[in-house]
Amino acid sequence: MSDPIISIRRLVKQFGALRAVDNVDLDVPKGSVTVILGPSGSGKSTVLRCINHLEVPTSGEIIVDGRKMSHNSKDINAIRAEVGMVFQQFNLFPHLTALQNIMLAQKTVRKRSEEEARDMAVQQLKRVGIPEKANAFPSQLSGGQQQRVAIARALAMQPKIMLFDEPTSALDPEMIKEVLDVMLELAGSGMTMVCVTHEMGFARNAAKDVVFMDHGKVIERSNPEAFFNAPKEERSRAFLKQILR
Amino acid sequence: MSAPASAAPSDSRLAPSLTTRLANAPWWLLVLILLGLVIAFQILTNERIANIFRAISEGIVVTLRTTAISFLLALVIGLFVGLARTSSNKLVYNLASFYVEVVRGIPMLVLLLYIAFVGVPLAMSAINEIGAAIGSPLLSGVTPRDFPNEWRVVLGLAVAYGAFESENFRAGIQGIERGQFEASRALGMNYVQTMRYVVLPQAIRRIMPTLGNDFISMLKDSSLVSVLGVSDITQITKLYASSTFLFFQSYSILAFVYLTMTILLSRVVRWMELRLTRDRR
Repeated sequence: MSDPIISIRRLVKQFGALRAVDNVDLDVPKGSVTVILGPSGSGKSTVLRCINHLEVPTSGEIIVDGRKMSHNSKDINAIRAEVGMVFQQFNLFPHLTALQNIMLAQKTVRKRSEEEARDMAVQQLKRVGIPEKANAFPSQLSGGQQQRVAIARALAMQPKIMLFDEPTSALDPEMIKEVLDVMLELAGSGMTMVCVTHEMGFARNAAKDVVFMDHGKVIERSNPEAFFNAPKEERSRAFLKQILR
Repeated sequence: MSAPASAAPSDSRLAPSLTTRLANAPWWLLVLILLGLVIAFQILTNERIANIFRAISEGIVVTLRTTAISFLLALVIGLFVGLARTSSNKLVYNLASFYVEVVRGIPMLVLLLYIAFVGVPLAMSAINEIGAAIGSPLLSGVTPRDFPNEWRVVLGLAVAYGAFESENFRAGIQGIERGQFEASRALGMNYVQTMRYVVLPQAIRRIMPTLGNDFISMLKDSSLVSVLGVSDITQITKLYASSTFLFFQSYSILAFVYLTMTILLSRVVRWMELRLTRDRR
């Protein structure tokens, strides 16, 4: 196994009395796809959000790309630029066109010129299959298109890691496939991906590792073959029975 | 309107009857326009009224200038204080809140008097003290007279409205979805970049109507500066009326001038609002 690009040790996140993440260890090898599964409230999204410090961990250690997460905001911003994130609610900037959405952080964070940023934005829009929507505002796009612009926006930063936080949960069923296709293509290209999702098909086809969480703890971790066909833990079996019914 | 005379009874029930339409007509607007026409006619034909109008007109520049400069300053104050009120830094938050609560609780007139007759002299003597301490000839020997009344008025209006505008900005910023902040931060943008490129452009678009209305309010409140002897249209009218005893005519023309300006401005505000909200959101 190659060196982990993300290494999480004894991660704890406490929200008041609730321990959302309870002593989680997780390694993500470079160039692999890790899918985190679990019932809602199991802490899977919180783990993901701790990786780029959108949530400040209560305790524990996170090393991303050889850099230890600290509270120093400069370090955090440097790491965030290397970690792309895709949200359930897309979170596109509504006052900017698709192209401008993709260009903004390139110019302000990566300090690219207008032309460089534009070229990259056009290239990424092609990659996600909607080059013709460059000048559309988010409100003029369907959910699936918005999410693909959001993926393009993250990819344009040329991140080393991509985090997906339930990227298809807010989509109408007929739009889920177009987003999953983009994610599958990305997985095939060797991008390191950590995905929180309920798409079992994606987990089966693309994941190298499946991590099952419940009540803030990692219950089981294995390859998708083993996890879906012969789950070791009782809670994993109960979850799969619920979801595959 | 274009319905045939033989329209079915059910149709005529849907179309409002003549009495309903008459009752719903904007009569107030008609009266206003008529009143305006009468006054305009008087200004054009009656020499006495024309003289009043000419005298008052000379103050329009002062009124508009103090309003515009004060409002711009108030926007700058409002922006930074509004940002401070959303800050997680407790010191910054408390300083900003202190300013907002104090200023909002004092009547505008009292605040203007206070800044003009207490704040400015205090600041001047403070400058003198500093000048003496560091031995700078530039900073010593300043007197309150060096600070013209119009500036004091501008300062007072800006400080007062800055508090209101800061609440507008705060509400605008807090109305932006958390996801916008998170997406920006996740892309590696820092606080200033996030505010500058993502949050404020959206927030300002949303509070634009309120800002426009506040500008109109300030135009009206600028009449308070007459108590400091600044020659705005209210002050000029006061002087004109008391020297000619044409109270009715003078104050009617003054009201007419204010009304014309505020109605025109509210049209401009409405037009800006429509333009901003047209496609993007």
